[in-house]
Amino acid sequence: MYQGGRGGPQVHGTFDADEDEALGKVYNSRVIKRLPKYLGPVKLWVALGAGGMMVRTLAALALPYLVGIATDKFIQAGNLSGLNIIAVAFVGVGLLVWAGQYLETLFLSYAGQAILYRMRTEMFAHLQRLSLSFFDRSKVGKLMSRVQNDVQQVQELLTSDVLNAVTSVLTLIGIAGVMIVMDVRLALLTLTVVPVLGVVIVIWQKYARRAFIRVRRAIAMVNAQLQEGISGIRVTQSLSREEINLRQFDGINEIHQKANINAAKLQSLMMPLVEILTGVAYSLVIVFGGYQVLAGEMGPGVLIAFLLYIQRFFNPVLELTMLYTELQRAMASGSRIFELLDIEPEIKDSPQAIEMPLVKGELKLQQVSFSYQSGVEILHDIDLAIRAGETVAIVGRTGAGKSSLVNIITRFYEVDKGAVIIDGYNVRSVTQQSLRRQIGIVLQDPFLFSGSIADNIRYGHIDATYQELIEAAQIAGAHDFITHLDHGYDTLVGERGSNLSAGQRQFICLARAILANPPILILDEATSNIDTNAERLMQKSLHSLIKGRTCIIIAHRLSTITNADRIIVLEKGKIVESGSHQELLDKQGLYYHMCEAISTFTKNNMFNL
Amino acid sequence: MKILFRLMVFTGKYWVLLLLAFVCLLITTASGLAIPWILGEAIDTVASQGERSFLIWAVVVVFSATTLRGISAYGYSYLSVVVSQKTCYDIRNKLYEHLQRLSFAFHDQAQTGQLMSRATTDVEAIRMFVGRGLLGLIQMFILFIGISYILVSINWQLALLTLAFLPFVGWRAISNSRHIRPMWLKIQQLMAALGTTLEENLTGVRVVKAFSHQAEETQKFSADTTLLYNEHIRVARQMALNVPLMVFLISIPTALILWYGGQQVIAGTLTIGNLTQFILYLGMMAMPVRRLGFMTNLLSRTISAGQRIFEILNTRPMIQEKIDAIEAGILKGQINFEDVSFSYNLTTPALKNISFSVKPGELVALVGNSGSGKSTIAHLIPRFYDVKSGRITIDGIDIRDMTIASLRSNVITAQQDVFLFSATIRDNIAYGATSASKEQIIEVAKAAYLHDFIQSLPDGYNTWVGERGITLSGGEKQRLAIARTLLVNPSILILDDSTSSVDAETEYLIRRALDKLIKGRTTFIITHRLPIIKNADLILMLKEGQIIERGKHDDLLAKNGLYQQIYNSQLSVTIVSGETQEEE
Repeated sequence: MYQGGRGGPQVHGTFDADEDEALGKVYNSRVIKRLPKYLGPVKLWVALGAGGMMVRTLAALALPYLVGIATDKFIQAGNLSGLNIIAVAFVGVGLLVWAGQYLETLFLSYAGQAILYRMRTEMFAHLQRLSLSFFDRSKVGKLMSRVQNDVQQVQELLTSDVLNAVTSVLTLIGIAGVMIVMDVRLALLTLTVVPVLGVVIVIWQKYARRAFIRVRRAIAMVNAQLQEGISGIRVTQSLSREEINLRQFDGINEIHQKANINAAKLQSLMMPLVEILTGVAYSLVIVFGGYQVLAGEMGPGVLIAFLLYIQRFFNPVLELTMLYTELQRAMASGSRIFELLDIEPEIKDSPQAIEMPLVKGELKLQQVSFSYQSGVEILHDIDLAIRAGETVAIVGRTGAGKSSLVNIITRFYEVDKGAVIIDGYNVRSVTQQSLRRQIGIVLQDPFLFSGSIADNIRYGHIDATYQELIEAAQIAGAHDFITHLDHGYDTLVGERGSNLSAGQRQFICLARAILANPPILILDEATSNIDTNAERLMQKSLHSLIKGRTCIIIAHRLSTITNADRIIVLEKGKIVESGSHQELLDKQGLYYHMCEAISTFTKNNMFNL
Repeated sequence: MKILFRLMVFTGKYWVLLLLAFVCLLITTASGLAIPWILGEAIDTVASQGERSFLIWAVVVVFSATTLRGISAYGYSYLSVVVSQKTCYDIRNKLYEHLQRLSFAFHDQAQTGQLMSRATTDVEAIRMFVGRGLLGLIQMFILFIGISYILVSINWQLALLTLAFLPFVGWRAISNSRHIRPMWLKIQQLMAALGTTLEENLTGVRVVKAFSHQAEETQKFSADTTLLYNEHIRVARQMALNVPLMVFLISIPTALILWYGGQQVIAGTLTIGNLTQFILYLGMMAMPVRRLGFMTNLLSRTISAGQRIFEILNTRPMIQEKIDAIEAGILKGQINFEDVSFSYNLTTPALKNISFSVKPGELVALVGNSGSGKSTIAHLIPRFYDVKSGRITIDGIDIRDMTIASLRSNVITAQQDVFLFSATIRDNIAYGATSASKEQIIEVAKAAYLHDFIQSLPDGYNTWVGERGITLSGGEKQRLAIARTLLVNPSILILDDSTSSVDAETEYLIRRALDKLIKGRTTFIITHRLPIIKNADLILMLKEGQIIERGKHDDLLAKNGLYQQIYNSQLSVTIVSGETQEEE
């Protein structure tokens, strides 16, 4: 919007530089330390969920044990009533699993969604507090991904990931424990496969991690290429570049395919590994356990229970390897979220800030200097006094500092030196909200929100009556075309107002500013993005608009400002001339030369063959 | 079903790999089935004090079966990814190609986000299906048949008791996911709405701040988030009740096996080994049956994804090249419109019986209100749309008889809204002529008064622009577009000058660059500003799709028509404002 030229904010911040780091450390203390704050309010739910999880895990562990007991104690002994009891116990334990998992799923979802909700709204509210200089540095897409994807990742970390990890570990320990209780020697023998698995997984992780990062990059590349291919289609077809684009896309598509296949190679590797180790474990149990049963040292039920435990043993291990990557990803997301939440707004209300009452609109700039980047001063020692109700035009070349002047009056940015004073109040001594209620701005780029036209006009004055709404639209000159639309004021504005022309959008923005009825009005290149016909219409509305207000008009086209009470000429961040149109022309200074240049240019401004 | 079949055509190309994957899957399933069987036999051996040597045999079989299962599972998993990735690679390329070919008429209607989601989310759904669903469903079937056969042959009463539960579990799984699917769809919609709110807030941050709307915006966002929260909780309730229910339902047949099977063991009609086999086989079935819900969802997702993808692929580009289309070569630029009519939407005509003729190198100005049809004329010449009746010829050849590429290399439109690609400045200038040499690129940049600016950038011509690069001002972008066009060196040029968001100085530079650009080319210019086209060879004044006045500036002024009216009104504004008092 404000990318007018070299003079606008050109700061390239560090906020976007951290990208592409899809995976972080597994344990990042900076992230972990912040988490209790989010877990605190939902600790009851988490406790209930975790309790359910414990019940489920332990009950599930008991099932093979019951099978073993049933075999050795009752079936072998021919004890029918015992068998009945075991069968009932089995169903009972099954019910416990159900109950446990029910609690787990329900309460962990409650907790997770509550955290998600809180983090999202907190981030959004934080973004609302951040100053414009932050948004100059940050791209919208990146910020959106913080609020949407990163928050989701952290929520999963807090609820499912961590507890899944605990469940898996608990299951492993439980299985090992039960095995040891049942038969120490056989258990230790069977468990020898675990260290082997552990070592292999650690090595595997290293390669897999790289492969997964490559896949994520490839996906991002494909998406970017697609996005551009679709939005740039008109240029592509105009310049007949379809073939080249296709080849380019094919190249990226192929990289994507290869990265995925490569990752699949690594991921599939876990299968033979786990299978073979399962085979080893089965074999160990059959041979050694079998001999013990044959020797009469052990019942066949224990053997069966061991086999059943082995069947259940490797799933948690696989789950843990998956979780490892998830954890890394979530940590990376977490650190990005907190990095954003830690950014202090550059402009804050001072603790003693007061509510600014409705002002008359007298504006003073005293010795104001300003820069976007330290060292590159844009405005130097500006002194300017505007009377209430005066219309002042500010002109100057691109980069002279016109828009910067607006930015400091509205306190979108903070001055380096000097003071901006409205009706005797320093803008830094009042709340930002009460300050901005006094000032209406119409920007070069007419931005509308999705919703109806009426909603958009009411944006600055939500409880305006329908009558007030129509009056504002009439003053702005928007009423006629709005009533000609199919649904009048209830017409829905499309994606970025796509169903309205730039001129129509600007008229609506004008109506929006009028309805807010501010004592001070700033038009910042408000007419430069619309066609000449619309501009002529808008000039008419402006007359009624500026009546009774302090008005600051910034314009490229000098034709639009000749009626101003006073014209201020800015050059390289300084006021070089000031006076009415006629005074300035008589003075034969910079303004005169600008007009001169334009008029000679306009005179010769036709296509020459 | 027809859609699945069509999707499978993409996969069919890789049938050898698919067959191999299937063979691997068969081996996996078969060796998997062998394991519980041999384990049961081993238990019987030890329980009945059988031969020690059988245990060694059992170990050999178990070990080879698991190894075989592991290796074939690797083969299946790897091959199915290869097939699914290759299939999606083809679909994605096909989609991209098709999107590139579809005419403006299609892209006018389509939303970028929508098209994107087809090429990403929908293709992803198909990948999941090809990779896991297609063979997964077959495997589930084989597994079910295999296990049923084995269990029935061991003990049919117990087998019936066990298997009777599985259809019930499967049905629960399917009905559960049927219930949840619309909830997920709702969640997706809510997420999209949340995204829109967020994006609007961030792009419109200046407006939000100017109107001090932070509190209201936060409230709106948190209302969106609340809706999302509620829907998630609904899903959680549904899941919490049903997912554990299925686990429980699987534990009932196990209890039955223990109870009823145990009695038979005591009665001597069943062995302990058989009992173990039952329990182990049931364990093998549990997971696939529970995944039945996932599978049916996958199937319906795939069908709707396929539907959306074919919706695009089935759209025929409105602009079709004739089979015997000729290469136009370098055209001179003699353009004739012969009784051309056109309409965007079949109902309201945009152009009615337009005829005019332009000699090579002439400057034609198209003027009139928005909606009068001037842009439409500009769009018809490079054949972005086809005429409904009449014809357009260039150098005497109907443009529909030329290949599209050769026509468009002669007709370039310099759009007002300049699109920059994420690439270096050099690549952006050479966008339409990728083989241009560095010297040529510098030459056109100089002609467009862009060279000095480019030189002032730290990386010069290699400076990255677009989405991930630096932002260029409106004037710089327009001059880049001029350089881009100069490099293609078309014989016919179309300029859109209906708005201008640049200051006078920049406009002066652009105008000088344009003067160079139009020299020696047939040029059409669309403009609202009448004074700048005084020198035009032909001015066409359009109203409601018809040419109401035509001629040179002086002729039209003398005519006392609409042109004169508008010209005078524009002049009066400039005079009042003092901008060009000396104009007359």
